[in-house]
Amino acid sequence: MKLSQLQIGQQGIIKEFTDLEMSVKLMEMGCLPGECIKLERIAPLGDPIAVSVAGYQLSLRKLEASTIELI
Amino acid sequence: MKNKKRIALVGNPNTGKSTIFNALTGLNQKIGNFPGVTVDKKSGFTKLADGETIEVIDLPGTYSLYPKSADETIVFEVLADKQNSAHPDMVVVVADATNLKRNLLLFTQIADLGLPVILALNMIDLAKKGNIEIDIDGLAKRLNVQVVALAARKSQGLDDLKKAIQFQSETALQASTIAVKSLAPEIISEVATRLNISNPYVALQVAHQHGNLKYLSKDERQEVQEVLQQHSFHSPKIQASETIARYSFINEVLLDTVKHTTVAIEESISNKIDHYLTHKVWGFVIFIGILFAIFQSIFAWSEYPMMLIETLFVWLEKLGHDYLPAGALTDLLIDGVLAGLSGVMVFIPQIALLFAFISVLEDTGYMARVTFMMDRLMRKVGLNGKSVVPMIGGLACAVPSIMSARTIENWKERMITIMVTPLVSCSARLPIYTLLISLVVPNKIVFGFIQLQGLALMGLYVMSIVAAILVAWVMKFILKSKLKGYFIMELPVYRMPRWRNVGLTMYESVKTFVTEAGKVIIAVSIVLWVMASYGPGDRFEKIEQKYSGPAYTQKFSEEEIDRMAASEKLENSYAGLAGKAIEPGIKPLGFDWKIGIALITSFAAREVFVGTMATLYSVEGDADDMNSVREKMANAKNAETGLPVFTVASAFSLMMFYAFAMQCMSTMAVVYRETKHIKWPVIQFVYMLVLAYVASYLTYVMLS
Repeated sequence: MKLSQLQIGQQGIIKEFTDLEMSVKLMEMGCLPGECIKLERIAPLGDPIAVSVAGYQLSLRKLEASTIELI
Repeated sequence: MKNKKRIALVGNPNTGKSTIFNALTGLNQKIGNFPGVTVDKKSGFTKLADGETIEVIDLPGTYSLYPKSADETIVFEVLADKQNSAHPDMVVVVADATNLKRNLLLFTQIADLGLPVILALNMIDLAKKGNIEIDIDGLAKRLNVQVVALAARKSQGLDDLKKAIQFQSETALQASTIAVKSLAPEIISEVATRLNISNPYVALQVAHQHGNLKYLSKDERQEVQEVLQQHSFHSPKIQASETIARYSFINEVLLDTVKHTTVAIEESISNKIDHYLTHKVWGFVIFIGILFAIFQSIFAWSEYPMMLIETLFVWLEKLGHDYLPAGALTDLLIDGVLAGLSGVMVFIPQIALLFAFISVLEDTGYMARVTFMMDRLMRKVGLNGKSVVPMIGGLACAVPSIMSARTIENWKERMITIMVTPLVSCSARLPIYTLLISLVVPNKIVFGFIQLQGLALMGLYVMSIVAAILVAWVMKFILKSKLKGYFIMELPVYRMPRWRNVGLTMYESVKTFVTEAGKVIIAVSIVLWVMASYGPGDRFEKIEQKYSGPAYTQKFSEEEIDRMAASEKLENSYAGLAGKAIEPGIKPLGFDWKIGIALITSFAAREVFVGTMATLYSVEGDADDMNSVREKMANAKNAETGLPVFTVASAFSLMMFYAFAMQCMSTMAVVYRETKHIKWPVIQFVYMLVLAYVASYLTYVMLS
């Protein structure tokens, strides 16, 4: 399951990344394999999304979220 | 004398780094540039307990030493290049105590660079509130650095930080964090030997970043390139394993030193606020409401201080005319410089308020939500959600706004943002709009509540934003780029604005505005006054001879002759001739040669318009006339037709011209510095001029 497939309020645990370059950016922002990640909100126009991870909130586009595989 | 000790503040965004910086330096700070790049360098001075004064530099906020946007590059460059004039003796890493894990990533990177380092844990009060227990001494022992706990917003812990700085040893003592060398052993050792770098982590960073590092020579870059090719260096892969290694080190450290029991409370409050502020419908309604309220307040609150400034200048002008000896120098001083300055200084209250509101929006965290809401829309026209910040800032001034576009990682999105930001109506256009609207739009209220003049002004603002979006959409198809755009951004929790920061922003913006605009206006006023007061060859003598002949002296009174002579002199002065030269080109837009002169001078800066008009009409009229520029312009008649110069058609046409044309040298200079290529400001200048001409022409034809 991908992060982009979560419903609002659902959460998952990060398993791996499918895009190496994106993974470096995401990890620097605290999205690490093993971290719990929860979909908080979707922007009014359907994209981007806001997730809470590692104790803070992060916004990212759906396309970027689709590179995060969840357990 | 020994140079002052210099410390650099480094940290993630939203850690309160600038609050600490402001608390340390107060008003004792200045904004300059880092050598060779235009990233704002905020520096200031602070006094330690032992009386020593040290320099403090605030480096741009970043999550890691690997830069994702243009201004983050500077962090590594300043820290690694010992020759850099901003290179610090010591680094203070500011970390958010409520989110230590992520914040320590940057700390471990900095620690490995081998500079003396202090760890400042900010927001310790919030961490306590969230039941996060941090063993500060344990952390200090484990990392072997000084660790200071702060609550900068409450001004707690600053003295401890100063003490730590005072007692910091001059050599780096921190424990090593990860086995850097094992990440890429051959590459690190070879880059280190070839470029003579002693620190292995600096060598690794150079291997990753060599293409962007300005302090490396061409040969050095070439050498690094060779090494990398030889060993088939895969940058993202090594970065990924480094990041993972660092996090496992951090986990180990935190396991012993931090007890984390519950999540911060603020988060849940923030979530509730976001439920409304980023709501499908209410989100946009609130956003538009906030913008509307800001503009209403800017006009309402600035009315009184503006009146005071105006009165002050009228008083100064009168004082000058009363007490200074009459003559050319007095005329220059009063009709040129003072008139020019007053036209602009009047706008200080509005500019200060606009900057204050924008800084409140950013400080509270609301701007990040606007970015979040608008990203989808902005992406459709080739922009990024983050383009909203420069575009809203463009309402104040395009220069800092274009610099703020650096946060946009994607080249194409950033370029388009830079290209369209100057279209957004900035505060320098406001004097022109206000003046011209008051000339031709009646001060009437229609439908009971809509003020006509205000409506016209708002129309101009809306039009400018629509134009910016349309141009962006066109550019989306013209600019080519294969790179993907990113939108990975932290949404900070809502916080009360730090009024001290807001105050400092206001103070800084007004200071910059007064000195920068003041310089240009004084220079332009003097040049213009000279050009309007002297003419080529013996034209002026001939005019005097003509009017002293009996054909005039018998028919007209002395006063009338003076006026006619003055007006013919202006027409034959250098400025007049320049205006006349472009008159055929601007006649279709409804402008005469006098407006032509204003257009020419306005290419230095728009706000010069009002001053130019003041100078031109004062040179022509008699000096005792204390009428305001507005009245002089209202009475202006076309010499040939005898009709008023400023009609609805010509005034709106002129406003269109000022709305679209690139009349700001500072903006062009900053676009050049930001894009590093002369072609961008040139393209921008040309497309905006074409747009201005067409819009003016259509407006004039339709309204007359």
